[in-house]
Amino acid sequence: MADTTTAHEHRATNRGPGRLLIAVYIVFAIAATSRAGLQIATKFDEAPVAYLLSAVAALIYIVAAVGLARAGHAGRRVALACCAVELVGVLGVGVLSIADKELFPDETVWSGFGSGYGYVPLVLPVLGLFWLWRTRRDPA
Amino acid sequence: MNDTVSTTVAAAAGSPVDGPLATVAIVISLAVALWALVAAVRHRPPDRIQFVGLAVLEVALLALTVVALVALGGGERPGEPGAFFGYLATLVCLPPLAWVLARMEPTRWGSGIVCAICLVTPVVAVRLQQTWEALGG
Repeated sequence: MADTTTAHEHRATNRGPGRLLIAVYIVFAIAATSRAGLQIATKFDEAPVAYLLSAVAALIYIVAAVGLARAGHAGRRVALACCAVELVGVLGVGVLSIADKELFPDETVWSGFGSGYGYVPLVLPVLGLFWLWRTRRDPA
Repeated sequence: MNDTVSTTVAAAAGSPVDGPLATVAIVISLAVALWALVAAVRHRPPDRIQFVGLAVLEVALLALTVVALVALGGGERPGEPGAFFGYLATLVCLPPLAWVLARMEPTRWGSGIVCAICLVTPVVAVRLQQTWEALGG
């Protein structure tokens, strides 16, 4: 039933389920940006690594949302790069935050594989990559 | 004298973001989420009820923000100011975001967007309450 959409519609990353994905990315972009911004502005010295990481994560969420929304060739590449960095980031920081608690004295979006955010930060890049794969242009 | 009055009132009321207003906002949000979920499952685009629901939710959240700002003006401080203002800013952005994206997506996925954001809103509201009370007082 859902597969009756045309091939053309399938290629756009900013339609249908893609728009839902963009919505979640924007939510995370707003949440991470406002939180990181205020933490850096008010108590940067307490945990500079954690706050800078949060800021980087926020930036990546913004760029990923824009990439998916642009839906062009360049947009797809940008989104692909962002989702890949996110996945590596959430896995890397997840492992590091468990292995070495000293490194991240304060919570970041990606600490404990995103456990503070219902593991959405872990699921989101996977969904993003899956969506990019689903909407890929056939080589033929 | 004014200070004494506001402090007394605030002390009696407890946390400014934890009261009937917050409860109403959370209930509205969950109701809209449920309604939107039914619409999405039935392949329906966002309907008038969803948009009205989002508008009412935003009004409730803005009222909550005003209450919080009034409490701040009265000298009260959240336990974790950074996180508190972050959550507050996020909270008031959510319904307009759902509105705009749902308008752009007049398919079942538009209802999906409304559902997702209305499920996130109560979580952010509860986190907001927790960051106010972090100091236990």
